[in-house]
Amino acid sequence: MSTRPRLPTLPFKGLRTGMWLTLKTLFKKPVTINYPLEKETPVPRARGVIALDPEACTVCMLCARECPDWCIYIEGHKEEQPPAKEGGRVRTRATLDRFDIDYALCMYCGICVEVCPFDALFWSPDYEYSEFAISEMMHDKDRLTYWLSTVPDPPALESN
Amino acid sequence: MNFWLLLLIKVGLVLGVMLPGALVIIFGELKISAHMQSRIGPYFAGGRFGWAQPLADGLKFMQKEDLVPADADDRVYKLAPYVVLMGTLALFVVLPFGPETVARDLDLGIFYVLAVSSLSTLGVLMAGWSSANKYSLIGGLRAAAQLIAYELPLVLAVIGVAIMAGSLSLNDIVTAQANWQWFDTLPTWVNIIPPYMILQAVGLVIFLTASLAELSRIPFDMPIAESELTMGYLTEYSGLRFTMFFLGEYAGMVAMAAVAATLFLGGYWLPFVSDDVLNFVGPVVLLTKVMLIAFVFIWLRWTFPRLREDQLQTIAWKWLIPAGLANIVLTGFFKVVF
Repeated sequence: MSTRPRLPTLPFKGLRTGMWLTLKTLFKKPVTINYPLEKETPVPRARGVIALDPEACTVCMLCARECPDWCIYIEGHKEEQPPAKEGGRVRTRATLDRFDIDYALCMYCGICVEVCPFDALFWSPDYEYSEFAISEMMHDKDRLTYWLSTVPDPPALESN
Repeated sequence: MNFWLLLLIKVGLVLGVMLPGALVIIFGELKISAHMQSRIGPYFAGGRFGWAQPLADGLKFMQKEDLVPADADDRVYKLAPYVVLMGTLALFVVLPFGPETVARDLDLGIFYVLAVSSLSTLGVLMAGWSSANKYSLIGGLRAAAQLIAYELPLVLAVIGVAIMAGSLSLNDIVTAQANWQWFDTLPTWVNIIPPYMILQAVGLVIFLTASLAELSRIPFDMPIAESELTMGYLTEYSGLRFTMFFLGEYAGMVAMAAVAATLFLGGYWLPFVSDDVLNFVGPVVLLTKVMLIAFVFIWLRWTFPRLREDQLQTIAWKWLIPAGLANIVLTGFFKVVF
């Protein structure tokens, strides 16, 4: 507590400040965005939707296991490939059959994006994918791959 | 002219001015409140600026079922909204819209205004008692306490004007303001200022505060107080009767603002304009002043939170009434001296 004596102020200070504030706001441009007519541009790193790069995915299941909501469904199988050298051992390669994210369950924590060791998952700022039925919220592999086209380029590296 | 025909014309004119006025203020409230909160407000109804929003709201209310609670006192319950609306509509009998455009220029004009405006209080009490609902009852009692407390400063504020004008008739009060002469040494453009706005500034502030409370608008809306009393005495009302209350509130704003404009801002009077012209321009001038005061009401509403019940009574009994009395003494003193 300071012991400095309070200077006398003009009466109704609160009244005046409040009235002045509302009057100023009255003549400012409203912040409302008239959504279907005009759209807000989300920031590039906005967590809108998760995009999948199926070429990079190795079906390691890390994302499905780390997901707190269990909203990622992955199925895959191994495909045999010819040996690298003549007479060598037959190689196998994991192939992605199914990669679904149920956005009705997803809580946009981003753990799957963080945990992916091969950079197959990305955040996209796109947000317009509401549906009339809750079952439609399940995005399959093709739809998740489509979101990849909306992912912005990563920021440039620092020069030094 | 035939008395009854004239009466019909007058009633029609009052309704024709009053109800559109109330609708305009409702729309103004929607838009101004929105912009004060950095929103847009009604936008699509009616094509441009959402001008049809109050009409659409009214139509919606009319389609709702007119419910009467089983335990309610049927006839009192049904009558209450019309008593409230009547109290405000009856004010317009004595309000002058021009030198000769007045329904009935009573000698006791202000006295009549103050007496009749208390009629709405009766309607509010009727609504509170007859609804058979604890929220309504508490709301009605609060309204009674509040309206009694604020009737006094309202009367005291008016007395100052009556002393200055030397008459209780509203038309005479406007004439007195029109004939007011400031000191000769000052340039003539000073006569633009409505004299009582300056000389009775204390009275004006008291009158506006008290009429806010009379209309039970925020910051004096304890009788309605959504957060504690649901909707106060309006809780059980629905449909057309609720619309009547709603319209009564805004028509009350028009009425009180019109009284305040007549008493303090010179009513229909416009400086440097002759009486013949004022007969036609008068209503427009009065309505402009009414809208200005209504804007101040709306502005206050969207700036301040609701007061506590004891703060409300403190303002009335400890500040407004002593200030009103002091105003009367000072006015009387200067009236005698000069």
